[in-house]
Amino acid sequence: MATAIPVLPAGQAKALDDAYQAAVSARRLRTLMVLGIIVVLILISANLAHVRPLTLFGNIGNFGSFIGKTIPVLTFGNFFADMREWYWNFPKWLGLLGQTILIAYLGTFMGAIVAFCLCFLASANLAQSRWTRIVARRFLEFCRTVPDIVFALIFVIAFGLGPMAGVFALSIHTVGALGKLFAEVVENIDMKPVEGMSAAGANWFQTIRFAVLPQVLPGFASYSLLRFEINVRGAGVMGFVGAGGIGQEFLVAIRNFYYTDVSAILLMIIATVILIDLGTEQVRHRLIGIGEHR
Amino acid sequence: MSVNAPEIAPSAGRLRAAALADLGGLRDRHGVHFRPSMRRRILAIGIPLVLIALAIFAMVVLNFSLVRILNGLHRLGQFAILMMPPEPQGRFVAFSIALGETLGIAFLGTLVAAVLAFPVAFLAAKNVIPNIFAHFAVRRAFDVIRSVDTLIWALMWINVVGLGPFAGVLAIACSDFGSFGKLFSEAIEATDGKAVEGVTASGGSKLHQVRFGLLPQVLPVIASQVLYFFESNTRSATIIGIVGAGGVGAYLTELIRVLELQQVAFLILMILVTVAIIDFISSKLRLAIIGKAKIV
Repeated sequence: MATAIPVLPAGQAKALDDAYQAAVSARRLRTLMVLGIIVVLILISANLAHVRPLTLFGNIGNFGSFIGKTIPVLTFGNFFADMREWYWNFPKWLGLLGQTILIAYLGTFMGAIVAFCLCFLASANLAQSRWTRIVARRFLEFCRTVPDIVFALIFVIAFGLGPMAGVFALSIHTVGALGKLFAEVVENIDMKPVEGMSAAGANWFQTIRFAVLPQVLPGFASYSLLRFEINVRGAGVMGFVGAGGIGQEFLVAIRNFYYTDVSAILLMIIATVILIDLGTEQVRHRLIGIGEHR
Repeated sequence: MSVNAPEIAPSAGRLRAAALADLGGLRDRHGVHFRPSMRRRILAIGIPLVLIALAIFAMVVLNFSLVRILNGLHRLGQFAILMMPPEPQGRFVAFSIALGETLGIAFLGTLVAAVLAFPVAFLAAKNVIPNIFAHFAVRRAFDVIRSVDTLIWALMWINVVGLGPFAGVLAIACSDFGSFGKLFSEAIEATDGKAVEGVTASGGSKLHQVRFGLLPQVLPVIASQVLYFFESNTRSATIIGIVGAGGVGAYLTELIRVLELQQVAFLILMILVTVAIIDFISSKLRLAIIGKAKIV
């Protein structure tokens, strides 16, 4: 199919072209300014963070050889014995991994319960008074802004070394994070059942139980599962400060250059995290499905 | 009865009184709705029971003891008193420099991650690379990188570039590379294909399609995600010093170990204020970026 595109008269084309150039150059100027600001910020922060690209390029080979050293010798002829040597401490690591998951579970569980109680106070539509809401919101904000490992550092000194400190640290952070998300779920509910309950003679608790809970529970469960995933990662490093889990063992391995141990433990952590991600994803999709059918 | 808006509240009160007075009658007439369903009741009791049993099991395995908890709470109370009033005790300048270092680590780490993840994300997007094996492999690689915590990356990079903030930058860049790759590729997949078709129809090459059809749609989304991660990385960068990768975390660990709690409280307050300022600025910027995207 032959199509001729009509050419505009020169005057008209020039006017259009000028307008286009003006629009584009304004945008280009803005883009350049943003880029300039970013470059200045890069220079400032590179200076602050002691960035030494030469060290990086000089030592990048180290990273390769580091990874290389962590790869164990596995031969086909002697595969099982090699595996056994690589995972020589498998039962202990598996136990610590189980401990890590339990820390994450308990931290999520305790945090979710407290967040559940606080979210109704922090939500704009159900709070009893403006002041309880403001206090609850600020408290939740504090809990989630201080990183969990900082709480762990303090708790390790207060409660002693061990997983208990890790559980409490994770649960405080979970209160902050989940409390905010829960409150948002509560704020998004349909208020008609609430009005209906109140018209049928229910008090505040009965209203929450019969008008609010059925609407928010799938959302709450889904967010708690998501938090559990995040907490499994968090619990994995709690051991760096002595708060239980597999982190301690990993720190020892990497500090003492037990190379194959590093790769063995790291692979176990990665596998656990991915498995838990996949599992909770399944449950969450089903939960949200149930929520939509209602 | 009139249904003007101001009359709704008192009428609801009257309805409520009537409902309460006639509760017995309501029960008789609508028995089905008052009776619980068996299956739901079992679920409603069973699931919490399982969860609680698991929690108790965890407490037993993790050596929870009431004595230690009470002692710990007592000691926490003492710490709280020792923290008052928060005071820098002459180290305000040192803390500020460390905080600046922290912000630098967060900024550079986020930026490096974004720059590296941007091209790779196109490989993981179904609508750019139709090859299912390519994007499956790239996605799994992102998953693996993402599942390693920032602190673990920091420990590994310390072996390469030595102790100091540079290792922190590389650690944040690595762990965010995975997250950005996933988010960017999802943003690319969520674009409207019509713009790309338009560019193709007017004779654009594959590169033109990406530059003029995809980029204008994804850039605002990506920019707002990068800002959001910068916010959250400011928090991560405060703790990265715990393993020796620079920033304010080194002070935090050291001061907590030697129980200089007034300085600890002051440092935590400084961190909270800094994080709040960064959150404020970046949420303003994010809204501006998204707002612009809607108008243009």
